[in-house]
Amino acid sequence: MIKIENLTKRFGRTVAVGGVSLEVAQGDSVALWGSNGAGKTTLIRCIAGLYRFTGRISIGGYDAQRDGKRARSLVGYVPQEIGFNDDQRVDAAIRFFGSLKGVSIRDTDGLLEPVQLAGHGRKRMRELSGGMKQRLALALSLIGNPPVLLLDEVTASLDVGGRRELVSQLTALARSHDRAVVFASHRVDEIAALATRVAILDKGQLIEILPVQTFAQRYRAETLLHLSIETPLRERAIELLQQTGIGARLNGRGILVPVAQGQRMRPIELLTQHRIPIDDIDLTSSADHGSHS
Amino acid sequence: MNGILTNVFLIARKDLRDALASRWFILYTIAFAGLGLCVAYVSAGASGLSGFGRTSAGLINLVLLVVPLMGLTAGAGAVAGDRERGMLAYLLAQPISRFEYITGRYVALAVALAMSISIGFGISAAAMAMKNATTEIAGYLLLVGLTVALAMAMLSVGMLISVLVRRTAVATGAAVFVWLVLVFGTDLGIMAGTLSLSLSIESLLGIALANPLQVFKMASLQFVDASLDVLGPAGLYAQTEYARSLPWIFASVLLAWIVLPLASAWVAMVRRSPV
Repeated sequence: MIKIENLTKRFGRTVAVGGVSLEVAQGDSVALWGSNGAGKTTLIRCIAGLYRFTGRISIGGYDAQRDGKRARSLVGYVPQEIGFNDDQRVDAAIRFFGSLKGVSIRDTDGLLEPVQLAGHGRKRMRELSGGMKQRLALALSLIGNPPVLLLDEVTASLDVGGRRELVSQLTALARSHDRAVVFASHRVDEIAALATRVAILDKGQLIEILPVQTFAQRYRAETLLHLSIETPLRERAIELLQQTGIGARLNGRGILVPVAQGQRMRPIELLTQHRIPIDDIDLTSSADHGSHS
Repeated sequence: MNGILTNVFLIARKDLRDALASRWFILYTIAFAGLGLCVAYVSAGASGLSGFGRTSAGLINLVLLVVPLMGLTAGAGAVAGDRERGMLAYLLAQPISRFEYITGRYVALAVALAMSISIGFGISAAAMAMKNATTEIAGYLLLVGLTVALAMAMLSVGMLISVLVRRTAVATGAAVFVWLVLVFGTDLGIMAGTLSLSLSIESLLGIALANPLQVFKMASLQFVDASLDVLGPAGLYAQTEYARSLPWIFASVLLAWIVLPLASAWVAMVRRSPV
């Protein structure tokens, strides 16, 4: 459905995406994963026809640059954030974007139902929360049932609750339709829920493409446990953890411990047994920040 | 997939609705109508029975200052505003071309400006009628038409600025700067240039014709008073040398100021990454 051949996009002298080739079939959901500046958004914007580039992208057989309108008629696109006109009503926006796609929409609630916005059609945009606006953007992208869906870090501007809701709706949508989906995300949990394959990008280069299971195994293991420990006890804590085979290193106000799933309590229990007080803990994933090595 | 005209119509209809509900439209309409009313009332009241000449001279000066600013700033905010809100990327990811987007945006703003100007002139005409001032309707309508043409030319320039500049604030600043240059480039600027550079009469006319504000002024005076004497040597020279072709020259210059910046905006949209 999507065929990308040797795509290169430059901004002045900077190569934002260099020589990327990728194919996405119907039913395939490819996550673009990488740190900020890796080229995820640029790649999605090239597919959406927003940037000119060298190389070739075809969507459903149509060239994205030469036959852009036809190619885009097959695409539903959701950006990180849309600044809707605050005074515009939700149902008016649906009718407008429907008309651009050549679809006449009478039942706006029918379109809002799958994203749990039924009954909000008569509201003004200013009355919607950020999460509701992103769900509306998703509903708009699904007008005309396009065979290609492009999602550009759609949860980036949402809080935890909004993100969870949107991901659950996206998961349901991705599984219930035979679409080709390309999405950019920093988050391993989103990728594990939505993707079938993961394209890892770094500085505009496509490093590798992994099945989602392999990706999840590799990067989920890199959950990092930050333990805040008083300065005099840090060296001792690291020594204790290393003696039991747990890697640990100094980091800012405490120590950093990479832990596997199901093993997150082990370092804490060990240090507590040895009467080393832990002032605070924090869990992050290196994968959530798109870093890889 | 829709055709070109359908998409232009859909975008124009949506943007016109947005424009008519926007603060800038209401503000511009009130300002233009208020000032037009003052001009008409004062000039008609001066003698109690005013000829159109005095009122029209007042209106022409009002138009020269206010209308270019309206057109330039309305255009400058259009594309840059959409870009800043993230709406431009979203719109251009739809099955529409950049030409359709620019044209639809332009048509909507041109209609909104034309409505604002017509309301202003309508109120002025009503004020003159109430004062029993005699008016020549054809001349008055011509002045309205020329004003709309000037607004459309300035809107084109504003939209070109809006495509080239990324931020709305910068686009608005650039629009105001262009407005200042054009306003200065009418009588005072030409006079200063003539004195300091010892320009020939042909050059003087050429400079005057390059400025859409000056063209509007010359065209309005010619249509209304059938004389360019008040513009001094350049006006007299134009009338003597190009008497019959002057209306065509004025129309062509104004049309070029509408078409060329708009076409440039479209080319810039296609060649550059617009988001």
